[in-house]
Amino acid sequence: MKTFLEEVNEKINGVPIQRCYHCRKCTAGCPMAVAMEHNPNRVVKMIQMEKREEVLASGTIWLCVSCETCITRCPNEVDIARMMDVLRQMAIETGVGAKEKNILKFHEAFLANIRMGGRINEPTMMVHYKLKSGDLFSDMAMGIDMFRKGKLSLVSPRTKDMKSVRRIFEKTRQS
Amino acid sequence: MKVSYYPGCSLHGTAKEYDQSVRSVSHALGIELEEIEDWSCCGATSAHSTNFKLSIALPVRNLIAAEKKAQDVMIPCAACFNRFKTAEHHLGQDPELKAEVEEIVGGRYQGSVAIRNPIDIIVRDIGLEALAAKVVKRLAGLKPVSYYGCLLLRPPDVCRFDDAENPVLLDRILAVLGAEVRPWSFKTDCCGGSLTISKTEIVVRMVDKLMEMAREAGANCLVTACPVCMANLDMRSSGDAGLPVFYFTELAALAMGQEGPEGWFRLHRTDPRPLLKGLQLL
Ligand code: SF4
Ligand code: SF4
Ligand code: SF4
Ligand code: SF4
Repeated sequence: MKTFLEEVNEKINGVPIQRCYHCRKCTAGCPMAVAMEHNPNRVVKMIQMEKREEVLASGTIWLCVSCETCITRCPNEVDIARMMDVLRQMAIETGVGAKEKNILKFHEAFLANIRMGGRINEPTMMVHYKLKSGDLFSDMAMGIDMFRKGKLSLVSPRTKDMKSVRRIFEKTRQS
Repeated sequence: MKVSYYPGCSLHGTAKEYDQSVRSVSHALGIELEEIEDWSCCGATSAHSTNFKLSIALPVRNLIAAEKKAQDVMIPCAACFNRFKTAEHHLGQDPELKAEVEEIVGGRYQGSVAIRNPIDIIVRDIGLEALAAKVVKRLAGLKPVSYYGCLLLRPPDVCRFDDAENPVLLDRILAVLGAEVRPWSFKTDCCGGSLTISKTEIVVRMVDKLMEMAREAGANCLVTACPVCMANLDMRSSGDAGLPVFYFTELAALAMGQEGPEGWFRLHRTDPRPLLKGLQLL
């Protein structure tokens, strides 16, 4: 069986993360580090220590906003942002799920909306997310204000060739 | 020049003033936009956070459609721009992945069209002198800080059209419009991006800090080229901490004396009109 480290590196398919020498430049520049339970460079160490469950079940991997500051600054070209993507996908695929449930629910509502119309229709996407998350009333005033200004419309132009969009979703489905 | 145009979903919805101002400014500068036929969403953060191949295939579907015309693709939304550049980058590096994605999408990708941001096109193809020649009302008294955010320039080997840590092209455009651009060190700091819906409290903290730093730099407004940044900066500051925020194309249109800006400004949450009226720019 592959180690956690081998698996992550294979999926990143780039610079192996053990090139990290823990200078912590990534963590110093990470806008989310304050909210994460493990710093980005600490996640590298945890992977090397085979802490699979602990990493995949952490909120850290969901709080990463993919701002790409870490990979821009890393002296060893370790792609922490890509590593976070890989870890999120492993958490979904292995059924661990997301510690930050609403973040994943938002992504799901967003993708379901594309699958439906090819393009995002902001109001229907938000309604879908709210139903999924149960967070029904936040941002109501803002939404109403945007409706009034004509920024939100329930009917926005969609992609016509939906077959080609659905094909992409079918063929990239992760069982 | 003629370019293919990818507006992306935001520009047809919450960022329609960006769409309209990009179209208006492009027209005046002699850039003809041809919308990519039957385009679809690029998948944004939600695709690449959860499904790598989907995140590559969605932009590629649009790139293949764009390749029917041999012209550059202009993408004003920083988030979409980043996803397209990332897809191009991966496919250029990994022939196996390219073959797989072509099978997923059901078409051949040549890599034949350049993916470009309007800032890059205006500075490099149109030129700042040509822009200056169109300015009829210099934006004197307007003191913006330019906010590039994350996705226009990172990672640098994917995006590469300006410096990743201290970009200057947007500052130059604003200076040509007559604005008194303020230097600051938060040009490429993150605003929290797509967490705005699911983790609002974190984004509010980040935006408040940006506003505070902009004030400290002596700015009276912020300028962006990203609808996600705009949504966060304009709507997520707490209390009345927020300064007005503009798309750079709205200010270009204003300086060029075009019709439209007043109606676009009305759509912002933090109304920029009092500031502009005070400076006699409206
Ligand atoms: S910047 Fe690179 S080398 Fe330094 S700690 Fe982060 S990942 Fe490791
Ligand atoms: S991409 Fe993620 S880990 Fe890297 S700096 Fe940004 S938030 Fe932090
Ligand atoms: S990613 Fe965002 S901006 Fe880009 S096309 Fe999709 S929803 Fe629109
Ligand atoms: S929205 Fe924020 S996170 Fe996204 S590009 Fe703009 S600055 Fe970055």
